[in-house]
Amino acid sequence: MDDASDPDFNRRDVLVGTTASFALTGGGTAAAQPIAVSAPVVSKVAFRVNGKDQVLDLDLRTTLLDALREHLNLTGTKKGCDHGQCGACTVIVDGRRINACLSLAVMHEGDEITTIEGLGTPTDLHPMQAAFVKHDGYQCGYCTPGQICSAVAVLDEIKAGIPSHVTRDLTGTVELSPAEIRERMSGNICRCGAYSNIIDAIEDVAGVA
Amino acid sequence: MKFDTPATTNPIDQLKVIGKPTDRIDGPLKTTGTAPYAYERHDAVDNPAYGYVVGAGIAKGRIAAMDLAKAKAAPGVLAIVTADTAGKLQKGNFNTANLLGGPEIEHYHQAIAVVVAETFEQARAAAALIKVRYTKTPGQYDLEAVRKDAPPAEKGKNDVKIGDFAGAFAQAAVTLDATYRTPDHAHAMMEPHASTAQWDGDKLTVWTSNQMIAWGAGDVAKTLGIPKDKVRLISPYIGGGFGGKLFVRADALLAALGSKAANRPVKVALTRPFMFNNTTHRPATIQRIRIGATKDGTITAIGHETWSGDLPEGGPETAAEQTKLLYAGANRLMATKLAVLDLPEGNAMRAPGEAPGLMALEIAMDEMAEKLGIDPIKFRVLNDTQVDPAKPERLFSQRQLIKCLETGADTFGWSKRKAPGTARDGQWLTGMGVAAAFRNNIVMKSAARVKLDAKGVVTVETDMTDIGTGTYTIIAQTAAEMMGVPLDKVVVKLGDSTFPVSAGSGGQWGANSSTAGVYAACVKLREAVATSAGIDPTKAVFANGRVRSGNKSVALGDAVGVNGLVAEDLIEFGDLGKKYQQSTFGGHFVEVGVHAATGEIRIRRMLAVCAAGRILNPKSARSQVIGAMTMGAGAALMEELAVDKRHGFFVNHDLAGYEVPVHADIPHQEVIFLDETDPMSSPMKAKGVGELGICGVGAAVANAIYNATGIRVREYPITLDKLLDRLPEVV
Ligand code: FES
Ligand code: FES
Repeated sequence: MDDASDPDFNRRDVLVGTTASFALTGGGTAAAQPIAVSAPVVSKVAFRVNGKDQVLDLDLRTTLLDALREHLNLTGTKKGCDHGQCGACTVIVDGRRINACLSLAVMHEGDEITTIEGLGTPTDLHPMQAAFVKHDGYQCGYCTPGQICSAVAVLDEIKAGIPSHVTRDLTGTVELSPAEIRERMSGNICRCGAYSNIIDAIEDVAGVA
Repeated sequence: MKFDTPATTNPIDQLKVIGKPTDRIDGPLKTTGTAPYAYERHDAVDNPAYGYVVGAGIAKGRIAAMDLAKAKAAPGVLAIVTADTAGKLQKGNFNTANLLGGPEIEHYHQAIAVVVAETFEQARAAAALIKVRYTKTPGQYDLEAVRKDAPPAEKGKNDVKIGDFAGAFAQAAVTLDATYRTPDHAHAMMEPHASTAQWDGDKLTVWTSNQMIAWGAGDVAKTLGIPKDKVRLISPYIGGGFGGKLFVRADALLAALGSKAANRPVKVALTRPFMFNNTTHRPATIQRIRIGATKDGTITAIGHETWSGDLPEGGPETAAEQTKLLYAGANRLMATKLAVLDLPEGNAMRAPGEAPGLMALEIAMDEMAEKLGIDPIKFRVLNDTQVDPAKPERLFSQRQLIKCLETGADTFGWSKRKAPGTARDGQWLTGMGVAAAFRNNIVMKSAARVKLDAKGVVTVETDMTDIGTGTYTIIAQTAAEMMGVPLDKVVVKLGDSTFPVSAGSGGQWGANSSTAGVYAACVKLREAVATSAGIDPTKAVFANGRVRSGNKSVALGDAVGVNGLVAEDLIEFGDLGKKYQQSTFGGHFVEVGVHAATGEIRIRRMLAVCAAGRILNPKSARSQVIGAMTMGAGAALMEELAVDKRHGFFVNHDLAGYEVPVHADIPHQEVIFLDETDPMSSPMKAKGVGELGICGVGAAVANAIYNATGIRVREYPITLDKLLDRLPEVV
């Protein structure tokens, strides 16, 4: 038997995961001092979401994603990883898509935010939403709002001539090709594997199908 | 309704709604973000508190001391529950390790506490203040190291010995003896495990993300030691499961315990980095395959032995199963060994057994075909069997493997395939690969309740789940077909333990079994409606929203009167599954490009040809297959939980480290369904496809890489480092 706070639990181990460090706070060599937790610092933030003004008093630690989901009850924007690895939380801020989980809410003072709920409703679908239904571009539906917000923004990016990793000519017009769309959509993981259908849906909306 | 004789003609055969490519009826909700998942029930639960789960920092041992003082004093904290304060808990029927660990720790990131606070941020911050001191005990984390001494799983009761395998293999003119390895895989569904729990006196409601509602309600009750009828599970939308949500997990238990302690509704979601070690995974396998054949390619000996590991009292990855049924061969040996490993719990992931089993077997078939100098499709055709090789009197209910392979070959352009390492497209070496797909058809009893109201609207209630499988839609199609109404006159309610108990979603049994249950309830409802309309039920025709016979025709709403009519029934299955082997078949075709200089592997084309009974909704069934092909491509090329063999955990426990396919990895995918109805499976004559699509596809990728490069890799995933030193010289 040995104690988990022994030196063989070295610095590398600390890096493997947040909770591994719990093992260390008991007195390991690399243990960080526990951070004293005082009352949360709250700040007022005002932004527009789907055309509606919102003023919220938020804990500074609250992400834009949690502000939407937990404070505004806009749960269409999904939390798949909470650290920028899946795209489920994609929203459009001032015309550009971002991962809402990677951004603190208070950073968005005055911003114009569009979420999946702002694109369309069940009885009045946005063309991209309708195309996803038509092409069965989803299965469980959890990545879907992020895919759709991304897809809408991707078509705008291509139109605006913003190059990507696969763009051949960085100064010319950007081609609306499957490779361009796939590359740009690659931050949106779909574990159900609806990719082939999602590309069909996006091409349909883009008019290249 | 007991299903014990082959299905004859029934209203489903009209195919007015069934069998038509149909948009999902839940599509408008899912695409607008208005379908509520378990953590999002603002509509149902007021003012929930937030639970944050703390996991063990060691793989095996005991908690020596746990200091909660600072966490308890942190702002917003309402309660902290640990094994010390949870009260007596029992292990659920479907869990191998306890969902709440302590003092004993069974695996890394086993939950040891839940911190409940007013806000998520407060709960997370307080959780970081908990101090734990552990006493570690040595564990076993290395499958390779314990393989030698691993005993037969379940005392070898599923092992097969037919004829004289050793003798036949020794005498065979052409032989292959190769060992293959598949790593641990994570389900990595996009919705993390999540639950919201609320107590009302001694009654508990859990909004959760779970594939099997009745199992789940039973295990929540068992774990908490309360009667099952005090537990209600609600799970109408599930953000992916793949087997990872077959069972109750820590989120549900800790939401319930946290809610009790805080006297508030509590919601808990497992964080992404926590999921990989806290929940279940597909266990790694080592598989030894031996095939002996005559010079003309007839298999005379086929052996498949597989090793995997799990926690004590866990189960094996049954990777040799398909080999019992897929190919002929007079002398057979199949054995499954199970070692004890102290890694997180191994359990079912999409096509358990067959998925990793075919990743190995179908490379072996490719290798053997090459040794024999026979085309790999021809070699499979040559060794096809129309009977269960262990019981030759037992036929397959349907078996169109050959047709799948031959149709695929035509469609894919298989005849253009070149010798290994000889096809090139610029800097890319290109190649094609094929593999057989095989997955058994399981049937499970399934119940439903069907109501018809005065407006002629049909409402179906069953605790069946839709995990992305398209269940809402095929159930609506079934009810519409049976009751003679259009799809928009059907309402489907799923995933609530107050509804009749269904088959649930797992083992690709859901579609056929749950729609058969709805069929049974509709048969009953038809009788009641006809009788109420004064029509002889045996002569009643249901069409266009009316029931008629001769020249009497009554609108359904009028037939049932103001209070409507309700019928409930279940489908139960007799022994047709024993008399006939029911399986689904397919052929996977893959073309890859391998960069001649860098070894980068790109999938260029994918085709699956499937024979899986009646396809209820070709649109959503196709999605199931392409999704499974995508997951199979991941298994072939990138997915691997890296084991830290010193400390006993999966190192790459997030979506940056555990890579799954993204858009750029997956080309356009084709799926062909062969015409098939299987009267042995159910009145629906359907079977499952959701798992068939992942079966074999990994090997098709591996075989395509071999065809492109001439390099055989027997250890998944096939990453470029395994090719680099053997690629042809770059000039
Ligand atoms: S939740 Fe934001 S990227 Fe995954
Ligand atoms: S639809 Fe399930 S993850 Fe994309």
